[in-house]
Amino acid sequence: MIEEQSIVKVGMADMNVVRDPGVIRTLGLGSCVGITLHDPLLKIAGMAHIMLPSSDIAREGQLNIAKYADTAVPALLERLVAMGASPSRIVAKMAGGSQMFLMAGTGDTMRIGPRNVESCKMMLSNLHIPLIAEDTGGSHGRTIELDSGSGILSVRSVQMGIKEL
Amino acid sequence: MEVFKHFKEFKMDVLKEVGNIGAGNAATALSRLLDKPVDMAVPKVQLLPFEEIADRVGGAERIVIAIFLRVEGDAPGNLFFILSPEAAKSLLKRLAGMQVDQDGMFDEMEQSALCEIGNILAGSYLSSLADFTKLDLSPTVPGLAMDMAGAVLSYGLLQFGQMGDDALLIDTTFLEGDHEVEGKFFLIPDPDSFAKIFQALGVPLEND
Repeated sequence: MIEEQSIVKVGMADMNVVRDPGVIRTLGLGSCVGITLHDPLLKIAGMAHIMLPSSDIAREGQLNIAKYADTAVPALLERLVAMGASPSRIVAKMAGGSQMFLMAGTGDTMRIGPRNVESCKMMLSNLHIPLIAEDTGGSHGRTIELDSGSGILSVRSVQMGIKEL
Repeated sequence: MEVFKHFKEFKMDVLKEVGNIGAGNAATALSRLLDKPVDMAVPKVQLLPFEEIADRVGGAERIVIAIFLRVEGDAPGNLFFILSPEAAKSLLKRLAGMQVDQDGMFDEMEQSALCEIGNILAGSYLSSLADFTKLDLSPTVPGLAMDMAGAVLSYGLLQFGQMGDDALLIDTTFLEGDHEVEGKFFLIPDPDSFAKIFQALGVPLEND
């Protein structure tokens, strides 16, 4: 029998949630961080494609909370909890945060990848969510996919192929 | 952000001209290097959602060669020169006499040569723009990446990211005579730079 598996896509500066047997995916992470939260018992998963570390610098009228680490992580947790997930069971994984261009004079903008990673980690620790796996840093792009059933995060990159976390 | 949605047709035309002049000069430089005619498409100027920017080069996962440089000075912004791996190989073969492995990746020497070609072309794009606008625009040392388009291009969207979920992109494609080399320039001025570009070109500032 062929099992129908739905794939939920998460765009840049976007977040979404999925239930078993769904898979949630985001493409082409560079300096952005893809963070996933998973409740292994209820098999509910959420993913955010985070672009910037902090909403303090936001100059937009209506804040897109999925874009900034400090707003996206709590909002994603809330969405999972609203679906019945228990905060005490939720675990996090993340990937991305690369430095795509290695250039001289690396100012703050060039270091955006590592700063996104740091900010996500801080938010997770504030919310007491354990980070159980990560594939961050480096200088390559990644496409990630989380299986809500198994909680396995597959990370695909051009040079290194597929890695399962 | 709203302000960019309401740019009048006229202002979009001015930005097209900016792309035209920049890429036109770069195309001339490339044509001299190749000793072959290089054609250019009419620039596209559009406010695009972040998602759709990578679609312009074949989607977020498409592998591209990108030379990126940050423009500093009066009107800061981000400039990308983007090639497909095939076009990059063809360029290396013709310009540097390098025989590139058809399916292999690019070695250090080839990457360095590509970076230099990108630097020459981006430099001529920028210097013609600086002449045209009389603005002080200076490029940073370029960086090269070969990776998924989404990952690479997101670097140029950070400044717009603070303001919204779209970016205003000046996109110019050029094609070498027998279409073996196709390249793209993406100029993404920082949101605050548009007023300076318009002012420098004598476009009246109004609240539209």
